[in-house]
Amino acid sequence: MVLPAQKPKANLMSLDSAAIRRIAKLARIRVDDSEVATLQSELNAILGYVEQLNEVDVTGIEPLSGGAQMAMRLRDDAVTDGNIANQILANAPDRSDNFFAVPKVVE
Amino acid sequence: MSLTDLTIAEASAKLRAREISAVELTTAHNEAVAALNPRLNAYITTTPEQALEQAKAADASIAAGTATPLTGIPLAIKDLFCTEGVRTTAASKILDPFIPPYESTVTAQLKAAGAVFLGKANLDEFAMGSSNITSGYGPVENPWKRNGSDAKLVPGGSSGGSAAAVAARIAMGATGTDTGGSIRQPAAFTGLTGIKPTYGRCSRYGIIAFASSLDQAGPLARTTEDCAILLQAMSGFDPRDSTSAERHVPDFRAAISRGVKGRRIGIPAEYRMDGISAEIDALWQQGITWLRKAGAEIIDISLPHTKYGLPVYYIVAPAEASSNLARYDGVRFGARVDGEDLIDMYERTRAAGFGAEVKRRIMIGTYVLSAGYYDAYYLKAQKIRALILRDFTEAFGKVDAILTPATPSAAFGLGEKMDDPVTMYLNDVFTVPSNLAGIPAMSVPAGLSSEGLPLGLQIIGRHFDEETVFSVAAAIERAANFTTKPAIIAGAK
Repeated sequence: MVLPAQKPKANLMSLDSAAIRRIAKLARIRVDDSEVATLQSELNAILGYVEQLNEVDVTGIEPLSGGAQMAMRLRDDAVTDGNIANQILANAPDRSDNFFAVPKVVE
Repeated sequence: MSLTDLTIAEASAKLRAREISAVELTTAHNEAVAALNPRLNAYITTTPEQALEQAKAADASIAAGTATPLTGIPLAIKDLFCTEGVRTTAASKILDPFIPPYESTVTAQLKAAGAVFLGKANLDEFAMGSSNITSGYGPVENPWKRNGSDAKLVPGGSSGGSAAAVAARIAMGATGTDTGGSIRQPAAFTGLTGIKPTYGRCSRYGIIAFASSLDQAGPLARTTEDCAILLQAMSGFDPRDSTSAERHVPDFRAAISRGVKGRRIGIPAEYRMDGISAEIDALWQQGITWLRKAGAEIIDISLPHTKYGLPVYYIVAPAEASSNLARYDGVRFGARVDGEDLIDMYERTRAAGFGAEVKRRIMIGTYVLSAGYYDAYYLKAQKIRALILRDFTEAFGKVDAILTPATPSAAFGLGEKMDDPVTMYLNDVFTVPSNLAGIPAMSVPAGLSSEGLPLGLQIIGRHFDEETVFSVAAAIERAANFTTKPAIIAGAK
């Protein structure tokens, strides 16, 4: 392996500015026009770096999703706490009685 | 010797012998924090009054004979652990107003053991970074200096505030979290020991999530013994974390004196990379010589998929982060920026609340999980993650532990390595594989660079075999006899 990293190369997965806007929309992050070019080059640098994974033959390999060497543990479906509405709402930016308040969704 | 210079083990013995009181010890630390934190910025929030109350309770516990090795010991808590009633920010402006109504399991266990909390330590925003530069509360200054230079260096990250605090003697130990090297890299940059235990050893309950399949809590301290004392109190099964291991917690401190005679230590060929500095390579050779002299058998091994660790990490971690950080939407907690409608409110809140690195990772994660790209990126990365684990599993058929450098370089300057995100990511090249495999790994200071900065070696062990990791780290600690102190230190003129 050679440091520093391979420099990003133009590749099939390269993101254009429309793709950057679409990803920002999916991620619910407002992106100003002035930020698009920078994000585009940074995200393409990262995607260019991970491109090297295509060298690896993964035929027949099962994906590893987690660090735990165990099956997911199940718990009893039982209520173990409750009646703490004020604690739950204590950090709400806006509340109305025992509800989180948000801007009007339906006109 | 000044009270702030004591190790945890030394202070604990003095407390129980009534040579010092917990109030004296905490007061000395509160004063040191007040003197040095304005410069170092190691703490985002300091809690001197709370610390003093805890110290009084500790003195009562010592008088009553119910003390543990951590009773009355002043610690820094990474500001990623929720602490009931004390603001917890993850170093993000989006959590600026957040006061948790509950306590993380790890900090609850430390409190129950009698520890004193001096404050909440600075970090890279949401633990995403290797320099502490991404903190929404300003960068942390490394208390170490290059010979003959006053240039500000980074303490590493993401647990950089924790590391700077312990190195500068404004905490005796600290909690950290390690998703890709966030305990071990800052420990190496500040001359400390730090261990990322096996995934599942410490509960993740109440730790603000970054990448849930990789995140693990662990301690940073000035000696391997202090790390063992801290990890002992932090570990254990917790039903509130679905990946918490139902495992007996062994006596880590006992492993310190065990020695390495007859232990087989693997040296992975793939960690000998072009581009690592000659002095890092020399340090590694020195570590090999020390362990051989201490009676260990050195065995060359191969971890063929090492070079794919970082690219796998930079798919898996952002993917999980994009999902975990979806919760910051300005509705239930944290900051809100009003908008024209609900969606606009979400988008403005997240644009204003997240810093640049966090946004980049959320967007990469969103992309690699999106329809049409999931198989090419995320699924492929998970398969190569399986190969990385297989490499380790095969190696641990031949060896008991693995020795590598902790970082490719010593601490770098504030503002360096900022050209593009990938250059910064390379800091984690030696540390990321053990997170992907879920195995324990520890950084221990082993020497100084030609510029007078600390360098660390890394010991990697089998799942749930932190004891061997501690015993090998302690053997290196004894041989290295690393006693150099940083330039900025409590009590210094």
